[in-house]
Amino acid sequence: MIRARGLERRFGEKRVLAGLDLDVAAGGFVAVTGPNGSGKSTLLALLAGLLAPTGGELEIEARRDEVGYLAHEPLVYRELSALENLELYGRLYRVPERRERIGMLLERYGLWPARHERVSAYSRGMAQRLALCRTLLHDPSLVLLDEPYSALDADGARLLDAELAALTGERTLVVSTHDPDRVRPLATQEVSLA
Amino acid sequence: MRNNLGPALAVGALLVLGTGLGLALFWAPEDADQGVSQRIFYVHVPIALTAYACFGWGAWKALRLLWTREARYDLESYTAIHMGTIFGVLVLVTGSIWAKVSWGIWWSWSERQLVLFLVLFLFYSAYFMLRYSTDPGPRRANMSAVYALFGVVLIPVSFLAIRLAENFIHPVVFTREGPQMAGSMFFAFCVCLAGMLLLAAALYQAELAGKRLDARVRELREALA
Amino acid sequence: MSGYLGDVAALARTSLLLELRQRDTVPAMVLFVVSALVVFRFSLPADASDLASLGLLWIAIVFTAILALTRAFVAERDQRVLDGLVLATGDRSAIWLGKVAGVLAFLVLAELVALPAFALFFAAVGWETVAAVALANVGIAAVGTLLAAMAAASRARELLLPLLFLPLVIPVVVGGVGASVEPDPGRYLAFLGLYDLIFAILAWASFDYVVAE
Repeated sequence: MIRARGLERRFGEKRVLAGLDLDVAAGGFVAVTGPNGSGKSTLLALLAGLLAPTGGELEIEARRDEVGYLAHEPLVYRELSALENLELYGRLYRVPERRERIGMLLERYGLWPARHERVSAYSRGMAQRLALCRTLLHDPSLVLLDEPYSALDADGARLLDAELAALTGERTLVVSTHDPDRVRPLATQEVSLA
Repeated sequence: MRNNLGPALAVGALLVLGTGLGLALFWAPEDADQGVSQRIFYVHVPIALTAYACFGWGAWKALRLLWTREARYDLESYTAIHMGTIFGVLVLVTGSIWAKVSWGIWWSWSERQLVLFLVLFLFYSAYFMLRYSTDPGPRRANMSAVYALFGVVLIPVSFLAIRLAENFIHPVVFTREGPQMAGSMFFAFCVCLAGMLLLAAALYQAELAGKRLDARVRELREALA
Repeated sequence: MSGYLGDVAALARTSLLLELRQRDTVPAMVLFVVSALVVFRFSLPADASDLASLGLLWIAIVFTAILALTRAFVAERDQRVLDGLVLATGDRSAIWLGKVAGVLAFLVLAELVALPAFALFFAAVGWETVAAVALANVGIAAVGTLLAAMAAASRARELLLPLLFLPLVIPVVVGGVGASVEPDPGRYLAFLGLYDLIFAILAWASFDYVVAE
């Protein structure tokens, strides 16, 4: 699914990733670990196609609309409601039966009662749940999650645990985390960035 | 091979440009209407054409960048536009001197080429602003390339606009008719143009070599650190 | 194709919906353009012709457009929504086209106030000026939206946009003023149409490179 050779990314003078080799088979689960500033987010943005490598090779066997990407920011309009945001993304991703799919995700992540509220009124944890809905909306075959547990409360974390367990093996997952113990039971490989 | 290109271009530029200027000053006949001041024509017009050539070259490299996504084209496009802007400033300076000598004023809105270069100067200054206020990387390369392409499209569109504007902005008081060039004048002009293009090419090579060396040194320093 | 146009419509609708909720762009544009006209009133000598004031009308329109364009990607820059759209949209030029439609709508709304105000304060507005404004809007929105996306990705942002935009918009001002003041507006209108065509195609084709790597 993913093949990287000598992957490098610089931001101006600063080299954030250098010489990374990575092979991920379809259905694999990669835990990306490392301290702050080690390039975890950069790696995920590279895999998502938001950033281009400045050196090395990167091949991804997935079309852009088969990739789900969870970033630090929720990537949703603050002044639209959860429903309006997901409607827009669902239409852009051409999600079949999108009303049902959106309703099911909002229900699962406990946002259904707040679906008409604007995201600006959401707490950080609710925004993160919405971001998860947005990431999984189009049932991506490659799921990239950048610190998915951040801002989630205990309930939210349990929901995500269950989601990851259900996706494991079915989808290819790359999850960055500063708490590797949380995903280690599911992970098939670990990339440790320094 | 590449190492010899720069010095060869520089020597060639000096020889051809020197010859051209010699021909223009001492050999070409004096213009009947404008007298000696017309001789700035042999510098002014070749500089302007060279500036266009640089902008065009920069846009071509920009197109290559968008096409191939190879980072080296970004530097090449930038360097060409840098050269074009320097020559563009020289167009404004020499044009201004010519206007002062011929008409006693430093600036004339009725001189189309001068007005066009003022617009281009503003446009390409914004190009540098764009580069300075964006972090180096693929995104900046893309945006610079797109803006550079807008530039070469803007040149003919602006030229047309300036011609159209003459009707209502300023009646054309002064005309600088394309001089009825004698054969010898045209020959001197062509030699000057060739010299100026060689000069631009030499400067382009020199700046590019410098910038590449710079990048290489930085890489080595980083590797050592 | 209907999928592409559907994307454009959804994105344009989002722009309008956001403006409807926040009302932070169009009212500012309207207030700005009327203020500008009043300031111009005091900057013209008493014996200045109507033609001079028509020239100022075009300045007011261009600067009001800059106001709209600086705001164009604010909602998308917040929370990195633009990255989300870039990943989700099949053909990214749809993002540009949706935004252009939104900017066009805002421009027209501001001009619905500006042109009558101009007629009230200065001189009658002829059909040729209205036609020129309509044509100029297209070019301004097309070029301006692309440049706004560039400026949004830079550090200088609001500062950079006018610098990038003004040299490119000089031909629009020439075409607009020419159509307003010349006895034969036809070729100026044709020139504006040509500008729209050339730069709209260029911006449409290059937007992808500006928002993605």
